[in-house]
Amino acid sequence: MSIARLQVLGDLRVGSVVRIRLLIQHSMDTGYLQNMLGQNIPRNVIKTITCHADQSEIFRVDPSSGIAANPYFEFSWRVVPVRSIRTVWIDDIGIQGELLTPINVSINVPTKS
Amino acid sequence: MSKLGAVHFSRRTLLTKLRRSLDVSLGISLARALPLVGGGLSLFGTESTLAQGMYSGTLRSLSELVDPLISGAPLSKTRVRIEMPLLADNGNLVNLAIKSDLPMTQDDYVEKIYLLSQRNPVVQIALFHLGPWSGDANINTRVRLAGSQFIVALAQTSKGKFYYDKFDVIVTESACVDGS
Repeated sequence: MSIARLQVLGDLRVGSVVRIRLLIQHSMDTGYLQNMLGQNIPRNVIKTITCHADQSEIFRVDPSSGIAANPYFEFSWRVVPVRSIRTVWIDDIGIQGELLTPINVSINVPTKS
Repeated sequence: MSKLGAVHFSRRTLLTKLRRSLDVSLGISLARALPLVGGGLSLFGTESTLAQGMYSGTLRSLSELVDPLISGAPLSKTRVRIEMPLLADNGNLVNLAIKSDLPMTQDDYVEKIYLLSQRNPVVQIALFHLGPWSGDANINTRVRLAGSQFIVALAQTSKGKFYYDKFDVIVTESACVDGS
């Protein structure tokens, strides 16, 4: 099972604006909570999440411990003809993650009504 | 009153003892029983929050939040809107939407959106980087809140203008502070 999911909502045509939903499985430990033995759980949150459409960046977020566990982001993107969306992220202890989502963009320009 | 106080004290002492000598199976049953003594513990709230190494509880003002970011640039409370519940039952997960009708063209677009918190130990909840490729500046996410406070969304455009919105939210159960 993958630890991240990316979903594109809307009409994948060049020029139209679609919504992208991104969900990453991560505990986002704040550093303030304790385990059952009363020991502090060290802080470990995702520092940066970046989405690329082929080579160009389309979205970047720098979360902190103020983002809930299993961070979820929904954002917009104006569609350009690309083959995939690549998402990379890194957390405080240096663990990196990557998700490659192939997409199927229709090159027909949307008709004006 | 004195009798009630004594009950609280004995529960608290018991809790401390249990926490020190604990095996895992006991831990789980203890975690289930703990909400019952939560009310008693809150009497000693400062002590328990300090024990977690958290310096929270102070409420920052709007200028304390935004001044370091805008450095004197004009600021207006228009064109950006926060949508979230008025009453959040659980601060660990609160849905939040940032909506804006600011233009997203090649020469005028929203560059950054700061999400700031008045009470959380970490002021900046998140920083979003956008651009003309975004199409619009609408973002949904889920945040953690350490108590009732206002949330600020501050948008910075490529022309150096700032727009913000402020939203008051009541949080019943704080994140950060360990309920157990």
